[in-house]
Parts: sequence; C-alpha cells; structure tokens
Amino acid sequence: MSSATLHDVRLSGAATGRNYFNEEYGALSWFFTKDHKRIAILYLISVSIMFVLGGFFAMMMRIELLTPQGDLLTSDTYNKFFTLHGVVMIFFFLIPVVPAILGNFILPLQLGAKDLAFPKINLLSWYLYMLAAAVGLIVIVNGGVDTGWTFYTPFSTQYSNTHVFGTTFAGFIAGFSSILTGFNFIVTIHRMRAPGLTWYRLPLFVWALYAASIVMLLATPVLAITLVMLMIERTIGVGFFDPALGGDPLLYQHMFWFYSHPAVYIMILPAMGVASDVVAAFTRKKIFGYRFVAYSSLAIAFLGFLVWAHHMFVAGISVYSAMIFAFLSFFVAVPSAIKVFNWTATLYRASVSWQTPMMYILGFIGLFTIGGVTGLFLAALGLDIHVHDTYFVVAHFHYVMVGGTVMAYLAGIHYWWPKITGRMYPEWWARLAALLVFVGFNLTFFPQFILGYVGMPRRYHAYAPEFQVLNVLSTAGASVLAVGYLLPIIYLVWSIWFGRPAGRNPWGAVGLEWTTSSPPPKENFHETPVVTWDAYDYPAMMKAMGESQNV
Amino acid sequence: MMVADFPLWPDQASTFAADVDNLYIFLILVTGAVSVGVFLTIFYFAIKFRRRPENELAQEYEPPHMLEAAWIVIPSIIFMGIFVWGSWLYFHLARVPDDALDIYATGKQWMWKFQHPTGQREINTLHVPVNRPVKITMASEDVIHSLYFPYFRTKADVLPSRYRTMWFQAKQTGRFHIFCAEYCGTLHSGMIGWVEVMEPAEYQKWLAGGTEGSLASQGEQLFQKFACHTCHTNDATGRGPVLLGLYGRDIALSDDTTVKADDNYIRESILMPQAKLAKGFQPIMPTFQGQMSEEDLIKLLAYVKSLASSQPTAPAAVTKGAPQ
Repeated sequence: MSSATLHDVRLSGAATGRNYFNEEYGALSWFFTKDHKRIAILYLISVSIMFVLGGFFAMMMRIELLTPQGDLLTSDTYNKFFTLHGVVMIFFFLIPVVPAILGNFILPLQLGAKDLAFPKINLLSWYLYMLAAAVGLIVIVNGGVDTGWTFYTPFSTQYSNTHVFGTTFAGFIAGFSSILTGFNFIVTIHRMRAPGLTWYRLPLFVWALYAASIVMLLATPVLAITLVMLMIERTIGVGFFDPALGGDPLLYQHMFWFYSHPAVYIMILPAMGVASDVVAAFTRKKIFGYRFVAYSSLAIAFLGFLVWAHHMFVAGISVYSAMIFAFLSFFVAVPSAIKVFNWTATLYRASVSWQTPMMYILGFIGLFTIGGVTGLFLAALGLDIHVHDTYFVVAHFHYVMVGGTVMAYLAGIHYWWPKITGRMYPEWWARLAALLVFVGFNLTFFPQFILGYVGMPRRYHAYAPEFQVLNVLSTAGASVLAVGYLLPIIYLVWSIWFGRPAGRNPWGAVGLEWTTSSPPPKENFHETPVVTWDAYDYPAMMKAMGESQNV
Repeated sequence: MMVADFPLWPDQASTFAADVDNLYIFLILVTGAVSVGVFLTIFYFAIKFRRRPENELAQEYEPPHMLEAAWIVIPSIIFMGIFVWGSWLYFHLARVPDDALDIYATGKQWMWKFQHPTGQREINTLHVPVNRPVKITMASEDVIHSLYFPYFRTKADVLPSRYRTMWFQAKQTGRFHIFCAEYCGTLHSGMIGWVEVMEPAEYQKWLAGGTEGSLASQGEQLFQKFACHTCHTNDATGRGPVLLGLYGRDIALSDDTTVKADDNYIRESILMPQAKLAKGFQPIMPTFQGQMSEEDLIKLLAYVKSLASSQPTAPAAVTKGAPQ
C-alpha cells in the first residue's frame, strides 16, 4: 500500500509551467528580486566564484609546498596566498555556503511559507555580501594582505605593510550580511511555520539553521567591534592591543576568538542539519533520537560561546583559565558525538539508498568524526602545547570544515538540486565525483596530521627536508580533490539544460519542499499546506501525500 | 624502503616528550577504536539494509532509547579522563624546577637571540647541557613569535608586552630543530634554528669561550651607562628605591597595593616607571621605552636579580609601609 503510494508520488508532479525561474525575465528581475529562491541562486553563483578563488590560492600553496625550499612563490606572495585562502574561504564561502544558499532556498519551503519574514532584508544581505566581496577583490588586485586570516596584533596593526584595513573592512561588511541572514531566519522560523508545523515537527535542518542563526546574531557583532578596534589602532594609533601604546595583544586574541570560535559552529551546524535531512531521506526513516539531535544543535550553539580561549593555550593565559576552557571544550564535543551516534543508529533496519547525496553524507560522517576526535587531542592541554600551530591543527579544522561542511554542502546541493532546477544531474558522474572528493580529501589532509605531530609549523613557506614526503602526498591528494570539486560544477550546470526533468519528488522523500512542483512556483505553494505529521514520518506523510495526489 | 621518510613522531629528546607521546598514543587508540567502530557499523548497516526493492520503506523499528544515555555518559567519562591527563601534563610544564639554568631569549623579525647567564650571546643556535632543567625567559622585540622545540614537545608564544617563561630538560645530546610557530611576517618560515644539547663538561667548556663578562656584569655596565646609579644609590639617600635584595620581594606601591618584584615588574618599571610606582617615591624616573633593546633589558634584569641576595646597607626604603 505504502509503496504503491510512494510510486505515485514519484511519478507525479512532473508538470512544467509557471515557476520562479520563468515568472519574470531580465537582469533587473534578478537584481531587484525579493524571492528567497532567486536570492539563493544569486548566492549560489557568487559563493561558488569565491570557492574557486579560494581554491586557486590553496592549489598554489600546495604546489609551492612540493619542495622544501621556497621556489614557485616568494615568501611574501605565499603569506598573502594563505591569508587570502583563509579570508575568502571562511568569510565568503564557509559562513554563507549552507545558510545563504541552501537555507535561503529550502527554509521557507520546509516551513510551508511563501518567503522569509523580511524579503527585502534578505536581498540587502546579498548586496552586503557582494559589497564585502568587491572590497575584498579590490584588496586582492591591489596587492593583497599577509596577516593570516586571524589578523593577530601587533603584526596587523604595526608591522604589516599590506592592505589590512581593506581586508578587515571587507570582513566587517560581510559580518552584517551574516547578522541579517541570522536575524531573518530566526524571525522566519518563529513566525512563518505552516499551520500544524509545531517545533517538534520541524525538519532537523530547520533546527540546525535556527541554532546557527542565534550564533550569527550574537557572535558576529563582536567580530565587528574587534575589527573596528583594529582599524582604529592601525590608522590613528589608539592603543587597544599594542603594548607600546599601553594595549594588550592578548585582548585582541580573546575578542577575535570570542567570535571566531562560535563562527566554526555557524559553519558546521547547518551542515549537520543537511546531514540529518539527507540521512532521513535516503534511509526513509525518522532520525533516531530526533529531540536529542535537535537539542544538541542548541547545546553546541550555547557551549560554543564558552570555549574560545582553547585557541590560546600557549599564548600566555593562566593555567587555571586554560583548565576551565579545556574542560568546557570537552563538553562541546558531547553534542557532536550524540549526532554521529544517532545518525549511525538511524541506519539500523533502514532502507538505505546509495545515491549521491547519501554517499556524500556517509563520507561526511566519517570525516567529521575524524575531525571531531582530533579536536580532543587539541583540547588535551599538555598535548596541545606540542601540536598547537602545527599542521595537526590545519588537518583538524580542514577535516571539520571541508570534510564536514563542504561534504554536507555537496550532499545538500545534490539532494535539493532537482527541487532548485527541476532537473536531475547524471548520477554516474555525481557518484564518481563523490568518490574522488572523499579519496582526494583524505590523501590531502590525513598526512597533515602526521606532519603536524612530527613538528612542521603551519604557515611555513619553506620547510625542513624531512617533511617533504608527507607534503608531496598532500599535494597529490589536493589535485585529486580539485578534480572532484570541478566535476560537479560542470555536470550540474550541464543538467540545467540537458538533465531529465526531476518531477516533484525524485527521491521519494518527505518534507514540505517535496510537495510542491520542481522548480517551485514564485509563491512556493499554490495553497498553504497543513501539517499533520512529524518530521520524517514516512508512513504518515506518504499517506497524506498520496491522498492529496488523488484529489 | 621509505620508512625512514615517514617518522610518526620526532625523537623523544626531553623528559617531557615521552609523557606527551603516551597521551597521544592513548588518544589514537581510544578515538581510533571508537571511530573505526562507527565506520564499520555505518558500513555494515548501509550494506545490510540497502534499499531493495526501489520503493522499499524502512522497517518500523526504534532502537532502545537507553542508547542515548549510553552515548552521552560514556564519552563524557572518557573525555574527563583525557582532560585530567592533559591538564596534569600542562601543570607539570607550568611549574619550573628551582634548580633550572636561566637562559634568556628574544624573538625578533626574523631571528632568535639567546643570552646565557655567563654572558654568551648566540643567534638561532642555543647551547644547553643535557639532563639539566633549562628555564627560558623570553620576550619579543616586535610581533608575537612562538618558540617551538618539537623534539622537546614544547612551545610558548613570545610576547612583546611581557616576559614569559618555559622550561625543558633535554635527555639526549644532539642537534634539534627550533621553529617559530606563530606567524610573524615575511620570513616566518626562516625564523628557525638549532638547539645543541651537550654533555655538561662540554657545555662548561663552551661557556668558558665567552669574553664579555657575565650577563649581570654587562647589566651593571649598562646601569652605569644609563646613569641609573645616580638615583638608585642603594642606600637611604637615593631618590630611587634600593635595588639590593629587592628581586622577588613584595613591594608596597603608592596606591597602597603590593606587587611582587618579579621579572615582569622589573621590566615594566624600566620601560614605564610610573605604571606601578613604589610607595614613598616621586614619579621622577624617565621612561626607557624605545631606548633600550630587549637584550639590554635582559642584562639589566640579570643585574637586578644578582642583587637579590645582597642586603641593603641602610633600612630598606623600598619596603616602607609594606604590610608586616
């Protein structure tokens, strides 16, 4: 019975006709759109360009690091490249990638809403992002910046001769884009849910976006304050951080990490939400321990504010404060562990499909687990003394940010691509890309754990000869990874014109976004949906969807 | 064949190294076992419960909810164990042994300068004796650096604002890397050097090669050169506090608080004399900020320290009003 209904749902809804793409034409209809779906497409294009740019800097670094001596790039160029790689990837890719692209598109659909609560503010967020990106590009064209993405003082305020002001100003503007997106999401989730869509019926992607939005709203202003203080000290010499002027360089680090540690949860929480939705869809099963997974997002958002000084264990803080921050850092690992175990348990007696989004998410769980447990190494105080500021840290955060966030983003974009474009991508190529990304990623970053433990410091343009073998492995992996990332760009774009029509619900997934046509009409739903089932409740929702089809 | 090119960790060249490696290995075993367990479980489930036929739904089955409690409580307990172990190591490294050899380091774009108590100076090379704790007191002349001894498993950031200390005890002779671990500008990756661990006898021989006199005596010369002695006359008639026996004592300040006369207090009192003014004295000392290199500061500090065991000839003006 239920399987027959499922089949009906999959075949129906292939209707072509009015949708958000063909509703209006012309550049102005895009640049002045208030439609969350079109804004998501604007973000998709601009964030993807920034990803390619950040990837270019990474590739140049990896090629430079093939040999111990500095040869391809000068020291100054290398320093600028790792700085720009960090700035571009963090502020212009990882922070917006899942919320601003997938969240923007999917959140109102999952809520059964016509749009976000403040469509004009949503468009403003994109313009702020573009303004920040423009300032960033002007900086790059004019010679770049060499402080590292962390802008540590007094190097950034007194010693660097590069464009520190422009770069921090770009980060300052990008922050407001992020604040407004977070604010918009919070109001939307509170006020715009469809009738019957109670909090515990929300997909876990919504819970994750909610938790991340709280962090965006509360932490990002501190970044803005910190960067303004830095700009003031650099330009007119007010001594906040420079000891020669009576300031304290550690104050800068405290303030910077008060934002930048929670910021890693802005990057990973939405990715975890994607993971939950994809696991449910490709196991056709309710996520085990739904409430634990939902609340673990909030727990991570809360605890994430209390661990910032674990970036400073060797920076000169007192042993007692180091101990407290270490203690809390172990506790922020618990809710992440809860999620991993719950995703695993969901697979038990499930109907597991190995389609592309699920392949990415299985990879995500594995890589995120490695990224998570290596965080324990860094939280262990005595061990952190040795591995701090080495490649061990570089490997750890790439496992979380790239193995976690980027893998989950790729899962999400493949999962929702049929909804966004109404087209299917070529499955074989997509699976090949997923495999290449997984293999290439591990080959790139696993050697860096070993490299860090044998003592290679990060941000080194030239290095001791005994580190070469591991660096060559890492660069080889990066080239595989680059192919893995380029493939989706090619076949996804190809599919917009040549992919076969996806239909309403190609995966047989539950969730309100799958009840409307693909691509959705401008107003998302022809009539406001009424929700009578829990999230991921396959039997109930299949029944409801089947009935609505038969009407 | 390539095994030699794949070291998993550097030689354990300090007493601390094995402790760190043990925790590292423990963590690899525990987290590796859990991770591999998760991976195998996921893989097993994903294959055993793979979808067939195409439109199959999942079985209606919920695993027991006690599992939630298990995977909250058990990881928490393991985490606490790791926390205690890691903190124990950290405390161990924060406590400098009393008999440690005093060496001073200055970080500067882009070199490491070391000064020995006997007066030897060296750049990007540090000679130390084996089997003896070595304490390094360090500051930066410009940006933040980080003095990193991977073979000793220790590092510490070097700040421009104040002295920090670190220590190690080398347990094998040889030549080991020194790196700067905190990004510091253009030649960050060139701010490297070698620590030469020597037999004590050889180290003594190496020390004897010095010609400039001890660090304290070099400090004394500076003390004369900068005319410090005109006010710090070391008797009750001086306009500045008596420095004999001052180091390490509690000093009463003009705002009725007290401060311990440690390295950082001496440093600050030279650079910014008005910041913490000793009680009973006028704020007449000029600032030496920007006029004195970190190396000179270290010499003066060594001189003031060398006076610690001397007793002032007259009642110490400096302790006037100190709480008894």
